[in-house]
Amino acid sequence: MTVVSDPRPRSAKRPSRLFKNWMAKIASLPMILTALVVFLGGTAWTVTYSFTGSRMLPRAKWVGLDQYERLWDTDRWIISIKNLAIYGSCSMILTLVLGFSLAACLDRKIRFESAFRTIFLYPFALSFVVTGLAWQWILNPDFGLQSVVRSWGWESFAFNPLNDPNTVIFGLLIAGLWQGTGLIMCIMLAGLRGIDEDIWKAARVDGIGTVKTYVVVIIPMMRPVFITALVMIASGIIKLYDLVVAQTGGGPGLASEVPAKYVIEYMFRAQNLGQGFAASTMMLCSVVIILIPWAYLEFGGRKRG
Amino acid sequence: MSTTLKSLLVGTALTTASAASAVELEVTHWWTSGGEAAAVSEFAAAWNATGNTWVDGAIAGSGGTARPIIISRILGGDPMAATQLNHGRQAQELIEAGLLLDLTDVAEAGGWTDIVNPSSLLDACTLDGKIYCVPINIHSAQWIWLSHAAYENAGLEVPSDWNEFVATAGDLNAAGTLPLAMGQQGWQQSIAFGAITLAVAGLDAWKAVNVDKDADAARGPEYTAAFEAVAAARSLASESAVQDWNLATNMVITGQAGAQIMGDWAQGEFAVAGQVEGEDYSCLPGLGLNAVLDTGGDAFYFPVNDDPEITAAQKELAALLISPEAQVSFNLAKGSLPVRGDIDMSAANGCMQKGLEILASGGVLPSADISFSADTQTQIEDLMAQFWTSDMSAADAQADYADLIEKAD
Repeated sequence: MTVVSDPRPRSAKRPSRLFKNWMAKIASLPMILTALVVFLGGTAWTVTYSFTGSRMLPRAKWVGLDQYERLWDTDRWIISIKNLAIYGSCSMILTLVLGFSLAACLDRKIRFESAFRTIFLYPFALSFVVTGLAWQWILNPDFGLQSVVRSWGWESFAFNPLNDPNTVIFGLLIAGLWQGTGLIMCIMLAGLRGIDEDIWKAARVDGIGTVKTYVVVIIPMMRPVFITALVMIASGIIKLYDLVVAQTGGGPGLASEVPAKYVIEYMFRAQNLGQGFAASTMMLCSVVIILIPWAYLEFGGRKRG
Repeated sequence: MSTTLKSLLVGTALTTASAASAVELEVTHWWTSGGEAAAVSEFAAAWNATGNTWVDGAIAGSGGTARPIIISRILGGDPMAATQLNHGRQAQELIEAGLLLDLTDVAEAGGWTDIVNPSSLLDACTLDGKIYCVPINIHSAQWIWLSHAAYENAGLEVPSDWNEFVATAGDLNAAGTLPLAMGQQGWQQSIAFGAITLAVAGLDAWKAVNVDKDADAARGPEYTAAFEAVAAARSLASESAVQDWNLATNMVITGQAGAQIMGDWAQGEFAVAGQVEGEDYSCLPGLGLNAVLDTGGDAFYFPVNDDPEITAAQKELAALLISPEAQVSFNLAKGSLPVRGDIDMSAANGCMQKGLEILASGGVLPSADISFSADTQTQIEDLMAQFWTSDMSAADAQADYADLIEKAD
């Protein structure tokens, strides 16, 4: 008797994990459904239709890998990928370095810290479109920086990055850094403030220099903060679009094209959904390739430890 | 209930009431610049005069911005009563999906086949023998605009065709004037390419490539000469550091640049600047070599509607848009050519008169919107953007172009 009836009370006492916190789970049901239907469903639909010859309207006319073959055969796509690689690597390194350096400077208990913090953070309050237009004018040789410096008497001064296909991507980079560094600085500053004062005292007792303390002790301690900053910068890089549209329109020629712009233009201007879907699927692939090893290292490692 | 909410509700009630009494048609378009807005208000006035109401749905930005909005509204089941599109291939899939109103009965009643000139415009509205759009106006792209001030400063005669322009470009440059103003955007470079090939490669080769999509013709010697001419034009425009077409036109207006290759909409800029054709600037259709023009332009499409009252009003509006009075007042304000040859356009200026003469003599070609799908056009624009701003050789560009023509649809 006891042996047979034993499992019942136990299962009543310990309901399955699915029904634990059921109120919270019901509350989050809309979000779960949104995630499943809109994000996952939309992604799956896009990937599926990237194998079709859809033009203006989605049509299930299968063409295999044709869209992908055409995509990787298109100069504009290759240029876009290269541009994103240059912009992305420069932006990633410089934003982290500048953001951390600014935060470290502010952390040295300087005067008017909050004023500086506000000034550095202000560009982030502007949209990319405003940033792009403002920097388009600042970098315009006839109205902006070049003409100002020339009017000071340095007649031979030349700074015209946006009209040269070889340098236009760095013109974008200046605007992107100006806009994005402030936020990263604030995140870094919050991380620095979270470091115990005793660490600094201990470092001073041991006679370790300030810079060395930052590099050897503080930065490794700020790993979570760096990860957060990294993810924010990376997502900003992948979706880079509005800055380019506002600042250069992809020009001169194709010199500042980016993948997101290729997707939008082929989906809507060229009325070729299949091609746009193929390009966006490739963007998804690149994100997944970066994301999976990182997620494995970050979360897989923690479970083991 | 708050006052704001009350007034909102009253407002809604009023709008619904007025909608029931007169037929309101919402018309979407992307005519938002000064001259364009004046032109569309001519249509609105004519429509309001019939006792109906024109609800203006202007979408700011170019066709590239407005078209996706318009198409997604039609697809999403929230259709407007009428909308502007460029006639040609853009609406083909919408027609095939049965989303646009068949206007064949209106066209037959109005005798459109007899009055629309050139008839290719009506062909572009026709699919499987049925007519789905009203052509509104004709814009052509093969024009070169020359600044008299720039040539006077350099002590030169104003050229009368493309060859003279190229011959004098060196002297113009020596006098410190940029020979050719060029906005660094793909569609402008594509227009310049189209105009130069038409002038240099000649009509037969142009038709073989653009109408018959013959890739061998695109690899042929005529096109080699054309690509070399474009490469030469590229070096003449190498100092041109502007992006937008109207900024490039402004360089011609102020005499900073000798010339610009741009469609006939550029004359609106000259008119706004108070310049007179023949005194301050010259315009040469077909670059002065081949006096032919393509016949792109705008057309109105009418999405299918469940309400029979609105459908009747849509057909009434379609007939109104192509009526002689509406055509004259609209096209004079817009600076474009009318779609019918039987009306009096004597009030038009010199450049428009040149265009009208060419239309009357039948020197017309289908526009890129009619010949190529949006996809192919975008690819050609991308190639031109690359060719004009890099040191890509003419031979490489020609090979890539021929590949595009081979795959074109």
